[in-house]
Amino acid sequence: MFLFLAGCSTEVLDPKGDIGAQEKSLILIALGLMAIVAVPVIAMTLWFAWRYRAGNKKARYAPDWSHSTAIEVVVWSVPAVIIAILATITWHTTHTLDPYRPLASRAKPVTIEAVALDWKWLFIYPEQGIATVNQIAFPTDVPVNFHITSDSVMNAFFIPQLGSQIYAMAGMETQLHLIAREPGTYAGLSSNYSGAGFSDMHFQAIATSQQGFDAWVAKVKAAPATLDRAAYDALARPSEKNPVAYYGHVPAGLFAGIVEKYMGGPHAGDHASMAALPSNHMHAKAAE
Amino acid sequence: MFGKLTLSAIPFDQPIIMGTLLVVMLGGASVFGYVTWQRKWAYLWSEWFTTVDHKKIGVMYIIMALVMLLRGFADAIMMRTQQAMASADAAGYLPPHHYDQIFTAHGDIMIFFMAMPFITGLMNLVVPLQIGARDVAYPFLNSLSFWLTAGGVVLIMASLFIGDFAATGWLAYPPLSELKFSPGVGVDYYIWSLQLSGLGTTLSGINFIVTILKMRAPGMTLMKMPVFTWTALVTNILIVAAFPVLTVALALLGADRYLGMHFFTNDAGGNAMMYVNLIWIWGHPEVYILILPCFGAYSEIIATFSGKPLFGYKSMVYATAAIGVLSFLVWLHHFFTMGSGASVNAFFGIMTMIISVPTGVKLFNWLFTMFRGRVRFTVPVLWTIGFMVTFVIGGVTGVLMAVPGADFVLHNSLFLIAHFHNTIIGGVVFGCLAAMNYWFPKAFGFKLAERWGKASFWCWLVGFYVAFMPLYILGLKGMTRRMNHYANPDWQPYLIVALIGAVIILFGIFFTVLQLYVSVRDRVTLRDPSGDPWGGRTLEWSTSSPAPFYNFAVLPQVRELDQFWTDKQDGVAYMRPNRYEDIHMPRNTGVGVFMGLFGVVLGFALVWHIWWMAALGLAGMVGSFLVRVYDRDTDYWVPAAEVERIERARLMRMQKVGMVGVATPANDEQQAA
Amino acid sequence: MSHAAISATADGIHVPVAHGHGHGHDDGSRTLLGFWIYLMSDCLIFSGLFATFAVLANATAGGPGGKELFELPYVLGETMLLLVSSFTFGLAMLDMRAGHRQRVLVWLFATFLLGAGFIGMEVHEFAHLIHEGAGPDRSAFLSAYFTLVGTHGLHVTAGLLWLVVMMDQIRRRGLNADTRRRLSCLSLFWHFLDIVWICVFTFVYLRGVI
Repeated sequence: MFLFLAGCSTEVLDPKGDIGAQEKSLILIALGLMAIVAVPVIAMTLWFAWRYRAGNKKARYAPDWSHSTAIEVVVWSVPAVIIAILATITWHTTHTLDPYRPLASRAKPVTIEAVALDWKWLFIYPEQGIATVNQIAFPTDVPVNFHITSDSVMNAFFIPQLGSQIYAMAGMETQLHLIAREPGTYAGLSSNYSGAGFSDMHFQAIATSQQGFDAWVAKVKAAPATLDRAAYDALARPSEKNPVAYYGHVPAGLFAGIVEKYMGGPHAGDHASMAALPSNHMHAKAAE
Repeated sequence: MFGKLTLSAIPFDQPIIMGTLLVVMLGGASVFGYVTWQRKWAYLWSEWFTTVDHKKIGVMYIIMALVMLLRGFADAIMMRTQQAMASADAAGYLPPHHYDQIFTAHGDIMIFFMAMPFITGLMNLVVPLQIGARDVAYPFLNSLSFWLTAGGVVLIMASLFIGDFAATGWLAYPPLSELKFSPGVGVDYYIWSLQLSGLGTTLSGINFIVTILKMRAPGMTLMKMPVFTWTALVTNILIVAAFPVLTVALALLGADRYLGMHFFTNDAGGNAMMYVNLIWIWGHPEVYILILPCFGAYSEIIATFSGKPLFGYKSMVYATAAIGVLSFLVWLHHFFTMGSGASVNAFFGIMTMIISVPTGVKLFNWLFTMFRGRVRFTVPVLWTIGFMVTFVIGGVTGVLMAVPGADFVLHNSLFLIAHFHNTIIGGVVFGCLAAMNYWFPKAFGFKLAERWGKASFWCWLVGFYVAFMPLYILGLKGMTRRMNHYANPDWQPYLIVALIGAVIILFGIFFTVLQLYVSVRDRVTLRDPSGDPWGGRTLEWSTSSPAPFYNFAVLPQVRELDQFWTDKQDGVAYMRPNRYEDIHMPRNTGVGVFMGLFGVVLGFALVWHIWWMAALGLAGMVGSFLVRVYDRDTDYWVPAAEVERIERARLMRMQKVGMVGVATPANDEQQAA
Repeated sequence: MSHAAISATADGIHVPVAHGHGHGHDDGSRTLLGFWIYLMSDCLIFSGLFATFAVLANATAGGPGGKELFELPYVLGETMLLLVSSFTFGLAMLDMRAGHRQRVLVWLFATFLLGAGFIGMEVHEFAHLIHEGAGPDRSAFLSAYFTLVGTHGLHVTAGLLWLVVMMDQIRRRGLNADTRRRLSCLSLFWHFLDIVWICVFTFVYLRGVI
């Protein structure tokens, strides 16, 4: 069945970037490993049930047989071995696929700051000094470093064809590193339910050539709108089905300001004690 | 005077809700009228509502679960219809405000008010009988647990018609569930209905641990305990260890909403991630709380109908215990994408995979129980085999999602939805329905009709695959959960197929209802005069069907696993003792009903900020409890003559159907007992 | 001393119940086991609250922290009241074993007064903090503080209500199997709250001030 799945056109199994490609092969390897146990179990279930049906008097009946050390050893050890192999793979890939891990590349990465708002995505390009709503563009073969937060409830930033997703949370900065290998326009979305306008919280992720990217930046820069404080506050108000919008100018430090505003005063950092929680990855950054 | 409650809380402008209200009112009125006409109120009150008999409480739990299954399924089919329609940003027929409440209510109802009561009901019905006890350790507490759960049901149902329910997803993650983003009463209904039923669940967890540890028949050591009881023991330990965490999480969320505190708010130092951690520290054990008793039921069923002892009993027990322990070490796999470090993610991923080893062992044990057996394809066995095949697929996709690298693209997608429905329908629902078919005769004295049971099974099985295989594919196509509408028209065909699957399941549910109806109608022909309709192995089959209110006239002596089977082999299963003794039994009480009722008053008042009424509800609960504390007439003795009369009548019935080995005079050994 | 009290408790449960009629109707040990399990689950509730407090201990959001707010001598006074109340409860249990009904009542009443004094001081402390603008809505730290300490206070209050009921029942019915069993449970409950308070004192107040 899963081979059949792999056959039809599915975004996750048709990745356009390195992270997605690795995750695809990880999925297939894991499924293959598990099939070693799963397929025989299903087959044996059906076979035993049929073979030892009450009507089949030819089959042997052993009414008191309920123990076999040999079988017990096999049924404990075979799954254990497979899980051990899978665990090794898991340990390795979890580190290589860590969303926080910068991608090795000779090209200088593009940095995009993403802010989840009710109910749209604001993207800030700090190096270019521009911002957009519900659309991003970046060159292919260049790593893209995402810094992600929320100025509202929890969301998740996800471009299925490029790979991993990560939560967007207020007062936190999470990170994601992706790279596209093929040009195209990919669907991006929030994959964590965030309220009434959630279903329309999708965006376009345009992977293009360097020239195409430069032209796109120039186009955004040419937009007259400036994302100053007042414009941001207006944008942050709840709204649904927002069209793509461009801001030709963004004051520096907007993203940091959005993260900081929930940190509340000098004492506010709950960083030290947040180590008590397993999810302490982001605080190192937020503590800066 | 009435806090936030005004007439406008009733959604008169919502035709779907008003229609439902009309149906519920008409249905309620006709039931009320019928009961009144039949003059059955006194009977219901004295025999059922106030009962402390674990079997009747179990039956009430299961009836409640079946009713809530209908409600939860109605939500499901509405969602499937909406998603089948709302392609290419078409609006569908449900606006987000309504749709978002439906998927929240669906999850909460199915977990808290369908699966949990079903499991608790089964444990109530079966555990004391399996261990040869006359009741649970605290019969009054048992009644109270039920009525508190029922109170939760009343609250969550009230939210449909008065005000609204949470539109947050079934676990109500903050900050979305905070007052700032969910200012309505929905989340408050959520909090109080879950707190009320959660209290009931915790109390019943304590009750069953003590029952199993302290009230087993003489000679029944832990390793001679039937597997279902073992799974019940582990489940109840999990309940007692996990539900307090839920209580804390919901209480803190309530403190934020009611007292302006800042546990999980965005501002003033709140930390929403803490809620996510707390809720899953409860939430992951919760899924094992649900599945373990089902594993136990499958074990009993497969052994009984294969005519063999369960293969690898000890393995099974250790596997169950291992799953119980491990279930507390995996919660973080529900949020690998929250930005934890790679080593933390990997640790929780690997712990999760390790659980699949004992689970896999269980599957092999069931397989080898069939091996060299004589498998009778009765309805419970069909459910069991359907489960074994289906659950393997759910397990595989579960382990897949336990690999953080894979989860990064599958998390929150419809692949996840398909996965957990795969385990919960394929594991818990199949298990509950298997168990219902298996133990029904013990509760009512007649079997369920095979034909409609089989029809129901096939519809559920086929319907499940048709409904959820497309969701696996959609998850791989990048469709995320909880979407009201979507722009990508590619998804629509799959969602239409899924809707068809849901309709097939609807037939499955219909056939279950029909099965119940037909069985009650044909109860005379379906009667089980022996008390042992399946050739059972464990003690519950040694007493009559339905079991007498005292369960066992003489407490059974246990020397080995499957004692009843051995007794039948030795021809001593139905020995009559020379002398019956008086039996000590707990007396019925209405205090549990009143405490549940006042609990509803309290919860409802808190939802609507009607403080005087909340005080009244709390005072009522405490007051009712005090009444119980001062009540000295809480038990009574059943005279030996009465016991003898009941037992004689049973033996007569058995002789009439020509059962051998019945009513032989007791031998010395029995006398010694 | 609480050791003595607990062992007294353990003895208390071996009192034969009214219907000593086999059939596992030994309510005493069964009830006590169940009560222990309940206490464990309650302990988990407190663990959750302690963990929450630990996570939020520095989340003062620019508001006052423990150093500015807590007055250790006052809290020490509260602590002593509760510790002594555990001692008096222990004496009550010893007298229960000896069968001195009147003295049991006297010690229970003393326990009640001490517990009520503790609650009175706690309420006063809370009122003072709120008056100073350091209420539970000021910061996540204060939310966690009020909730943890307040939950303990609610437990003690419930214990006080239970004490009243027990005094009344012992007055009316004497020391029978029922009242002895219930008093044993209450004793466990009371000592449990004492232990929780010691943790509160250490982890919330002492750690907060240092």
